[in-house]
Amino acid sequence: MHELGITQSIVNIVLDKAKEAQASKIVQINLVAGKLAGFVPECIQFYFDILSKDTIAQEASLIFTPAPAQLRCRNCSITFHPQDTLWSCPKCDSQSVEIIGGRELYVESMEVE
Amino acid sequence: MRKIEVVQNIMEANDSIAAQNQQLLDKHEVFAINIMSSPGAGKTSLILQTIARLKNKLRIGVIEGDVASTIDAEKIESHAAAVVQINTKNMPESCSLIANMIDYALKNLPLRDIDLLLIENVGNLICPSEFILGEHKRVVISSLPEGDDKPIKYPMIFADANAVVINKVDFLPYVDFDISAFRHAVEGLNPKVKFFEVSCKTGAGIEDWCSWLLSEITAASKIKQRR
Repeated sequence: MHELGITQSIVNIVLDKAKEAQASKIVQINLVAGKLAGFVPECIQFYFDILSKDTIAQEASLIFTPAPAQLRCRNCSITFHPQDTLWSCPKCDSQSVEIIGGRELYVESMEVE
Repeated sequence: MRKIEVVQNIMEANDSIAAQNQQLLDKHEVFAINIMSSPGAGKTSLILQTIARLKNKLRIGVIEGDVASTIDAEKIESHAAAVVQINTKNMPESCSLIANMIDYALKNLPLRDIDLLLIENVGNLICPSEFILGEHKRVVISSLPEGDDKPIKYPMIFADANAVVINKVDFLPYVDFDISAFRHAVEGLNPKVKFFEVSCKTGAGIEDWCSWLLSEITAASKIKQRR
């Protein structure tokens, strides 16, 4: 759904960086995608294949490293990775939690020739 | 083959346009609200109620986001100072408004003649939570017929909201919606959130909602004067 615009941003970022590095081909793109960022990697790959056609990023493989959801309990301050969508603290059962990780979506690095 | 470190946020393209939008709004002293909900929760109804209550105090502009049609813009046209309709069906993001759509809309609105801009996002509880638009406050509407489990199923949109409007409270005798459980779930994610229990049908609670809007606008303009 909204992966098309996101994928266009990824293509723009990697082509800019490859140009700066005077690379002739982008072989692999390493991305970090948080579990709470509402993006579907398969969907990004699908659009990437279309948008990267006839650029130096054509046929590059996209490697997604998932970043887990990470929460901090506001009651007892422990941090934890929730196993499902019921976000309660495993120690004190409080439902008052702060999201401290898992929303990130960024291009970490890439391999070029 | 060599490795290049990049570490660049993919949302930056959207977020930098959102920042420009907010600068433009601030320049013209326009206070902008991003109104998000599932389809049918009452975004257009809340906008109409808000305009009816506040049109003698504020000049109100509206941006209508929908996948298709101009139905909502037509409903609002005769009430608001200005309306821009955005149809997202042929755009890269059809499921949410994004910052560059607002950039376009702002160029088509008489910003000098607007005090409050109500942005009606596309009906959806997932995608709009990913995109900031340049708004000053984010508001989520949940209505009683949807059920009280939405903060558990769609936590992100509630985690970032400044206010949550619980609409259709006149349905309480007919549906199993536990308002205190709903509020407890939202507060767990977002302790600072403001709640409003309203019925856009009967007008119940709309006055409190409008008072909050007025107080936020006053607070924002005081901050601007101090600068």
